[in-house]
Amino acid sequence: MITGGIDVGSLTAKAVILENGKILSSSLSLTGDSSNEAAIKVMEEAIKKAGLSSGSVQYIVSTGAGKKEVALTSEQATEVMCDAKGAQLLYPQVGGVIDIGAESCRVIKCDQGNVVDFAMNDKCAAGTGIFLDAMAKALEVKPEEMGELSLKSTQDINITSMCAVFAESEVVSLIHRKADKVDILKGIHKSVATRVYGLANRIRIEGDTVVIGGIAKNVGVIAFLEEMMKRKVVVPRDPQIVGALGAAIIARERVMAK
Amino acid sequence: MADYRSMYEELGMDVELHEQFMAGFSQMYPQMILDQPNRPKSMSYFDYLYSEQHGASIKELQDHRTRGGKVVVFSCLYMPREIVRAAGGISVGPCEGAEVGVAEVENLLPRNFCPLIKSFMGFKLTKTCPYFQCSDLVVGETTCDGRKKSYEILTEFCPTYVMEVPQMKSPEDKMLWLEQVKRFKVEIESLTNRKVDEEGLARAIKLYNQSNKVLQRLGATRLANPTPISGKDALLVLLMTLMNDIPLSQSIERVSNLCDELETRAARGEGVVDPSTPRIMYTGTPTAEFKLHHLIETSGGSVVCEDACTGSRFYRELVDETQDGLEGQLMAIGEKYLKADCAHFTPNNERIENIVRLAREYDVAGVVYGVLHFCHTFAAEFYKVQKALAEIGIPTLLVETDHGQGDVGQLKTRIEAFIEMIGN
Repeated sequence: MITGGIDVGSLTAKAVILENGKILSSSLSLTGDSSNEAAIKVMEEAIKKAGLSSGSVQYIVSTGAGKKEVALTSEQATEVMCDAKGAQLLYPQVGGVIDIGAESCRVIKCDQGNVVDFAMNDKCAAGTGIFLDAMAKALEVKPEEMGELSLKSTQDINITSMCAVFAESEVVSLIHRKADKVDILKGIHKSVATRVYGLANRIRIEGDTVVIGGIAKNVGVIAFLEEMMKRKVVVPRDPQIVGALGAAIIARERVMAK
Repeated sequence: MADYRSMYEELGMDVELHEQFMAGFSQMYPQMILDQPNRPKSMSYFDYLYSEQHGASIKELQDHRTRGGKVVVFSCLYMPREIVRAAGGISVGPCEGAEVGVAEVENLLPRNFCPLIKSFMGFKLTKTCPYFQCSDLVVGETTCDGRKKSYEILTEFCPTYVMEVPQMKSPEDKMLWLEQVKRFKVEIESLTNRKVDEEGLARAIKLYNQSNKVLQRLGATRLANPTPISGKDALLVLLMTLMNDIPLSQSIERVSNLCDELETRAARGEGVVDPSTPRIMYTGTPTAEFKLHHLIETSGGSVVCEDACTGSRFYRELVDETQDGLEGQLMAIGEKYLKADCAHFTPNNERIENIVRLAREYDVAGVVYGVLHFCHTFAAEFYKVQKALAEIGIPTLLVETDHGQGDVGQLKTRIEAFIEMIGN
């Protein structure tokens, strides 16, 4: 059985094609101004990559901030459920999922793929990808290079502002005070990790912890998370598609239930 | 709807701004309330009241004033309405629960401030609330620092009287409160120029008790699974009872008719949702609007009870009717109002106990704890409430919000995930 999952995030859209328990293909693209068009685009791309025809995908489920705009399917699943399902397929023993996306940050406590508890940021951008993007711009570094660069830091700097906008002015004043870029970067990563750790602590996640979403690729944030949580976390090879994977799994469950 | 423009002008309202504001509301009401499936037929009366909130209801208040009567606006349930009525006055709530006049309010109050206070202050400053405009006195209380300080500013715009609600419930605090109730009686008597007598007060006590009893009965119909009335409709009935003090006996009868219909429904096993729908309790700051109820009920949940000032706290307690003499009656009134377990009290274990009891009685699957931004007392009490509920195996979702619509998307994501989690 072949099913599909689409995750339309606030910044990127992702699609996964699943055959039984195996990922056939995935794709990712910027969401832009139309969730529906982005969904069609990533789904077509994923189908093409898998070498399939569009008729061969039996059922699709959508998730993410733009899930309701997706005309390819009428069935949606929550981001929390999709994250838990996707992570569980990749790591059957998973007890906690941390998803740091562009505009959202959530921590999920799960057991056998079932959600036991979760915590999320509210509309504040602190501890999310948009915040890191803004900081990268202020420091004139590429967002994808932030993580590696910060590992070279030798000085501790604390970014104390909780608000993304205030943190940006704090960073700007650090630049003016000639603080080293790599040290500021490390401070920024620490502030993001502190936010996320606070959420994780609130629901006390236990067992194997999987970090997903775009920010999972930032080794600087991951290093701090591990330090604060006092244990190793796992980052899937492609951390951004886990939500879409979960949607594809739910699509499969729906077909099987019928 | 009749044209009330000249009445608004008489009341010194900003007619155009008010019109814009009402246009927004009349758009929202059908999709939030009228389009709900399986609505009880008796709700049509409350829909009518809602549609005439700024019309016929205000006309009644104005007619009352033309006859020499007084109108008192209160925005917290500690104000003893019995006393106002016994002195020939009418008490109503102000407009609140929407973002109005933000710029005007922020000239007077800090930006990072309780949205509920900002809301009623905004309505007053922009002259868009006819209840405020036709009131002779606004009664405030000391249930939080924000409110205390805001009433000081409000006195610049309208006559305002503040009652001191104690912080604790020791015998000394009870004495203080009783004195406050007595002073309030004197204040109201001088406002209405009419003495409160034993007979009149007894009638008023009886009437509000009846009103609260019928609301209790309405609450009890929601014990059934599936619930015969939606949370939004139950909230609507409560808000309309609060806002319509003049035809109160008529309201009581209408709520009673509604209960008849709901009890018949429940006996037949009929409800507004599928019996498998997760049953949710709302607790937290007052909901003078439908925002959170609407989010919960359009995300696969059903609100079956509320621990809130716009819920069971409003009608749970009755005044002892057996007291003779004014002194005894005032004491009974004081005792009733002090039983309200507002989060400003310390300690406030009654609230925790009430929540746990409600959760059990109403067999809820989860609790949504709503907090308006910057409401420290309710926000801090979350810790104890969540812990007590966790002990009986009931999960709680904390949502922080305001009266704007900017966070609706994020809130929906969380509420959907919560209901999905407890539904499994």
